[in-house]
Amino acid sequence: MTVAQETTALKFECETGNYHTFCPISCVAWLYQKIEDSFFLVIGTKTCGYFLQNAMGVMIFAEPRYAMAELEEGDIAAKLNDYDELKRLCLQIKRDRNPSVIVWIGTCTTEIIKMDLEGLAPKLEAEIGIPIVVARANGLDYAFTQGEDTVLAAMAVRCPTGAQVKEEDQGDRNSIQKLLNFGRKKEEVKQEDSEYVEHPPLVLFGSLPDPVVTNLTLELKKQGVKVSGWLPAKRYTELPVIEEGNYVCGVNPFLSRTATTLMRRRKCKLIGAPFPIGPDGTRAWLEKICSVFGIEPGGLAEREAQIWENLEDYLQLIRGKSVFFMGDNLLEISLARFLVRCGMTVPEIGIPYMDKRYQKAELELLEKTCNEMGVALPKIVEKPDNYNQIQRIKELQPDLVITGMAHANPLEARGISTKWSVEFTFAQIHGFTNSRDILELVTRPLRRNNSLKGLGWEKLVKEEAKV
Amino acid sequence: MKLAYWMYAGPAHIGTLRIASSFKNVHAIMHAPLGDDYFNVMRSMLERERDFTPVTASIVDRNVLARGSQEKVVDNIVRKDKEETPDLIVLTPTCTSSILQEDLENFVSRAQLESRCDVLLADVNHYRVNELQASDRTLEQIVKFYLNQARKQETLAAGKTEKPSVNIIGTSTLGFHNQHDCIELQRLMGDLGIEVNEVIPEGALVTNLKNLPRAWFNLVPYREVGLMAANYLKEEFGTPYVDITPMGVVETARCIRKIQDCLNEQGANVDYEAYINNQTLYVSQAAWFSRSIDCQNLTGKKAVVFGDNTHAAAMTKILAREMGIHVVLAGTYCKYDGDWFKEQVSEYCDEVLISEDNGEIGDAIARIEPAAIFGTQMERHVGKRLNIPCGVIAAPIHIQNFPIGYKPFLGYEGTNQIADLVYNSFTLGMEDHLLEIFGGHDTKEVIHKGISADSDLSWTKEAQGELKKIPGFVRGKVKRNTEKFARDRNLNEITIEVMYAAKEAVGA
Repeated sequence: MTVAQETTALKFECETGNYHTFCPISCVAWLYQKIEDSFFLVIGTKTCGYFLQNAMGVMIFAEPRYAMAELEEGDIAAKLNDYDELKRLCLQIKRDRNPSVIVWIGTCTTEIIKMDLEGLAPKLEAEIGIPIVVARANGLDYAFTQGEDTVLAAMAVRCPTGAQVKEEDQGDRNSIQKLLNFGRKKEEVKQEDSEYVEHPPLVLFGSLPDPVVTNLTLELKKQGVKVSGWLPAKRYTELPVIEEGNYVCGVNPFLSRTATTLMRRRKCKLIGAPFPIGPDGTRAWLEKICSVFGIEPGGLAEREAQIWENLEDYLQLIRGKSVFFMGDNLLEISLARFLVRCGMTVPEIGIPYMDKRYQKAELELLEKTCNEMGVALPKIVEKPDNYNQIQRIKELQPDLVITGMAHANPLEARGISTKWSVEFTFAQIHGFTNSRDILELVTRPLRRNNSLKGLGWEKLVKEEAKV
Repeated sequence: MKLAYWMYAGPAHIGTLRIASSFKNVHAIMHAPLGDDYFNVMRSMLERERDFTPVTASIVDRNVLARGSQEKVVDNIVRKDKEETPDLIVLTPTCTSSILQEDLENFVSRAQLESRCDVLLADVNHYRVNELQASDRTLEQIVKFYLNQARKQETLAAGKTEKPSVNIIGTSTLGFHNQHDCIELQRLMGDLGIEVNEVIPEGALVTNLKNLPRAWFNLVPYREVGLMAANYLKEEFGTPYVDITPMGVVETARCIRKIQDCLNEQGANVDYEAYINNQTLYVSQAAWFSRSIDCQNLTGKKAVVFGDNTHAAAMTKILAREMGIHVVLAGTYCKYDGDWFKEQVSEYCDEVLISEDNGEIGDAIARIEPAAIFGTQMERHVGKRLNIPCGVIAAPIHIQNFPIGYKPFLGYEGTNQIADLVYNSFTLGMEDHLLEIFGGHDTKEVIHKGISADSDLSWTKEAQGELKKIPGFVRGKVKRNTEKFARDRNLNEITIEVMYAAKEAVGA
């Protein structure tokens, strides 16, 4: 047997796909908050509704701008007319909420009964006068965060061109720019434009909380890069202008369809960069964008070093420890890359779906990071099998398992520390500033362990129950 | 199609899974798309389960859609049989799989040939029954299956137990305070000198179901789960059942008297009157509570009750009959069993509402303006908005309704818990009076002593805007930390950049 065999390239495996993750319709929970004038209508069954109600917890109580169009037996058997039914519900939504856009989320059931949502939408849109965007975020095809991808891909098609915007009154467009300009006069704005380097328009895609949007926009501004818009914007009416030949760049690893749509249908150029997660990722992301525009980035090395210095107390907790990703939200590669840089080892990265083209730069950075840190390259397991993974976890006894809530408590009861993976999708983890928040999450179980040390009750199941 | 924001009862497969995973050593395999296994999340979170939830999915994906499940379901069943050696595997269809109309029955019989364990297909229609109906049906199905099997194998337990004994039917995982209720019922049976033959499904082994006919009678504490199984046992073995929920002092006594009748008919010759009397007067505090001055202050106060049949009906009776509270409206979301509810509560309340629409209940509460609500988590939220206190008495529930401490709703200890819940839900009587007399709470502005109180720092417009975006509950902390950071560095203007720098430096 060869000891510590040096692997030179990342290993990819694919298992059975028997793993736990959230249904992609969960994206409505954060997207309806992000897009303030939207209404999300999930066309599905009680099963979908019960999932949203339970998995999204208290959010359901805040008079959400989303609802179920609950299919009944008559809909399934086509005794009722889909168009009339949807029209009735959408008119009710229009009357009660008056949104600027209604997003229809297609589910497994609409797929199976082949309800032609894409065909019905334009007709109904014309009839009721509200844009209807169709996203098929179903569990037959996608996992968890990929739901956002399907919605943004559908929105990308709706982004206006410059000519369309000129036609309307320019009004409320480009909220980012407005935010930065903040009611200053035109001359001042023009003067400020000189702070930017001359470059083709850049649109960023991926839904992030507003403070993170401002933060990343300002990071680019420091390098003289102007962000002409974000997909999505705060309001549907503020979707960014996208022209042929514009540059686009993703901020999240699960946006492959959106990237493809922007390239193929809107003829944009995609900047393939690692994602701005962790100080290393943020720096690489900024550098890649700068390099595309021929800008020499300034001050990034110092900035990154400063951030790492501020993280030292947390780094001390995790250095040399191992982390196992069971895989359920597609952030895994970026997080693993950051944690390797933090000094952790990663035996396995589970991931629902691996787009090697869209994540190319991120994968390269992961490989490079592992080599520089002198640790073994992780095994990347696509469509993992949770049962097999738990056998491997038992064998490896990692210091931390990043996993869904279905496995967290049972693993904890067996003395294995866990971190609930979904928190990474809801916490602010992008940019230099939020690096601390990622480590705050990662170290929380380890800090808990330190506080409870010496109590002698790590394993709390009687006999080793069969998994 | 129905526009729905909230639902009281879950989809059918949840009911089936609740029954299956309540049994020991039973595994459920869902025929479902990715993401439908959130039952595991609910169970693991709400019940704080230490063990892995014995539910897996046989994933329905694009390939299955195109070519059918073929070997997949059978393979998954056989594999699970080898991995976990369960006694029974329940194949559970979901709403998605039921419209695919694959011949799941055929998969089950094929899998049965290759596996050591028993294999069953849960027989529920997703578009016709909800979680509660499905759980009732699944429990009956499993009981029937094992009794038939025992009969064929001639292992069926013969005759009754020597001493009077009972099967407690219907306590299950994710049921509202079910675990505590179950302990309380077992204690009560102990007090009455009745042996507990079997408790199903929670914690039971399917291999013991053949012993069910040995009990003298069956106790079905909840209206929603267990009646079908009890009826089946009555038809097949003539076992009588008691279906009076022992919730509240009067109903507990009624339940015990019914048990007494049941046993005496079979020649037990028991008399529980002295026990009931002693418990009511001296052990349970609820009877005394209703005579005490505290409860006098509640007389005639208005309340609204809403929940499942069992809890809403029992609660209505307790409030009206045992505490003198004026129940303006009592309601249930168990539409399929609405007549029973009406019959139970009609004489104890002004109005009855049978609806699954949370908007309708919310509107009714707003119209009535009761002094307290007893409902589900949804009504608790309505109460928060309208500033009306709410005691939670039924599912749907959250993690705080799975208390670690002992909090049954049934039996004599249950009456104490309910008295506390009711009393704490209403504003304390005396406090109420004082507030009226002195014209409400002291409303003087709270004087701030925080650093930010007299700030000498100026915030730019942008930074102020950014600060406003920070959620309220941490905004004060972020503001203080940012200002401290600025002061330490002799900055007198706070810009967005300063805010981020502060965050990076101190994690504000």
